Amino acid sequence: MATETASAKPGNNRIAPPSALRRHGSQLGIIGVGLAMWLSFVIAAPAVFTNVNIYAAFAQTTPQFGIIALALTFVVITGEIDLSFPSVMALGTAAFCLVTAYGGAPWYLGLIVAFGTGALCGLLNGFLVAKLNIPSLVITIGTSFLYRGLELVLMNGTGVPLTADKYPEMHRIFREPVFGFPVQTLWMIVIGIALWVLLNRTRFGAHVFLVGDNPTSARLMGINAVSVKTRAFVLVGVLAVFAGLLTSIYGYYFWPTTGDGFLLNTIASVFLGGTSVFGGTGSVVGSFVASYIIGAINAGIVSAGINAFYTQLAFGFVIVISVVLQTIIERRIRRQSLTGR
Amino acid sequence: MAETALATAPAAQAQKIPVIELRNVSKTFGEVRSLSGVNFAVYPGEIVGLLGDNGAGKSTLVKTVMGFHKPDPGGEIYFHGKRIDDWSVARARALGIETIYQERALCEKQPIWRNMFMGREPRNRWGLLDVKRMRSESARLMSEHMGFTSAAVHPDNVVTTMSGGEKQGVAITRALYFDAELVILDEPTVGLSLTETKKTLDFVSGIKKAGKSAIFIDHNIFHVYPVVDRLYVLDRGKVAGVYNKSQISMDDLIDRLYRVARTGTLE
Repeated sequence: MATETASAKPGNNRIAPPSALRRHGSQLGIIGVGLAMWLSFVIAAPAVFTNVNIYAAFAQTTPQFGIIALALTFVVITGEIDLSFPSVMALGTAAFCLVTAYGGAPWYLGLIVAFGTGALCGLLNGFLVAKLNIPSLVITIGTSFLYRGLELVLMNGTGVPLTADKYPEMHRIFREPVFGFPVQTLWMIVIGIALWVLLNRTRFGAHVFLVGDNPTSARLMGINAVSVKTRAFVLVGVLAVFAGLLTSIYGYYFWPTTGDGFLLNTIASVFLGGTSVFGGTGSVVGSFVASYIIGAINAGIVSAGINAFYTQLAFGFVIVISVVLQTIIERRIRRQSLTGR
Repeated sequence: MAETALATAPAAQAQKIPVIELRNVSKTFGEVRSLSGVNFAVYPGEIVGLLGDNGAGKSTLVKTVMGFHKPDPGGEIYFHGKRIDDWSVARARALGIETIYQERALCEKQPIWRNMFMGREPRNRWGLLDVKRMRSESARLMSEHMGFTSAAVHPDNVVTTMSGGEKQGVAITRALYFDAELVILDEPTVGLSLTETKKTLDFVSGIKKAGKSAIFIDHNIFHVYPVVDRLYVLDRGKVAGVYNKSQISMDDLIDRLYRVARTGTLE
């Protein structure tokens, strides 16, 4: 229908409703990239990529950072960034260990304390960024050291075993497959759907877009930009702790270094997923698919028999190309609107 | 000063309670005093013009009425005669005050439907955003009020792709949709073509016919004078004078505006 209108009035297609391709262009693009990459892996290493085991491995490890990418999408749409989530993963999980392993509290109490810790970290980030107006790129580096340092001091640099006999409930929630399906990916799907609804079907989600697009306009129309941004940071904090628990239970052990190496994967997933560096646009679906692409790059390159040093190179290409494409597209739309009346 | 405002208001209005009234409102930004001791009132069914040079404090005054700026301590805001202390944009909009801003207050990367309901998104009975209604209402409003044929601009169009007049149309329609009791227009004709300007001025007259009130701010006296009932002249953050249109001719007004720009007084 969209193309009909456009072709019926040539030279004036500006007034046509935007085509499905244009509206969902970045999402379709990312799914295309994912498919192309998967096909090239299948061709390069058919034995590995036609075996179900490799997919089971992706499905277990990708959500460990993918769940944070879903939440980080909100912060990036508001035009900010959070670099402190790897430390929050560790601090929240440390809080869980302190309360349960050292404090003797039941696991559910540990969960409440852990998520509370994540929320507090997010609250502090949000306060510093939104209320005090400090650039998030700078201040979340600061809070990252703060949270990591606090965690190391609290744990005295030691880890905690999280075995199935000590934490049977935690293993049932975060590790054991459900009817043979990796529970990690089930969680990612559930959280992905919940966050899609939050972003696209609630007032909070609507305000996330508006605040990221033009904070002054949003404020002039009565939207509390400080509250919107703060809530986005809290979301990242809580889900970073969720991911920290998922990661630690998966490894049967809480390492004080939990979260190291998660920063670039997660941020790459958000940008590869089509969420704009400039704020105002972005998608949960994009971050979801992109997380699995990023997760597959690593395993794919190794199993294709290519030297593992190439993974970093591949990540680099993926991030640079996706951000460059976004910028070109945005600039083109802007130029059209200026000249192409 | 409050006496002057009341004295110059027509007898009938003097007995009425203003829709909105500012008493002794000052606003300081760091070292800069943008408003000092301003008394300002808008009565039901009247259109008030706000004139003044750049930096006279017009935009600050409007943003204070709208709850965007908080007045300095000592300033009071009354809505229908009731003093309100926790004045905010959300509160002002909930009570029926809408503004069409000079800078239009649109989010340009977003589709029209998101802009139309910005800050007041309708929800269904589950508390979720009623996106379907936002889309269809936007389409209806655009064809009924903005004079776009339904095919001309689609609610899914991103605002960046629209012309200045079309953007203004979105801002005006947005104010109109929520059935505002008081509409504030902050330099609405800036950057508009001749026909678009006429449309906007017709819209201002339409507000009065509907029995609503408006505050109309514009640099151009030729736009302001014909549509307003009363005029405030601001100069350097102070109310330099208040006139009923019946008391002053356009030429006299222009003379006085030149004088105030040069000397700081109207007489």
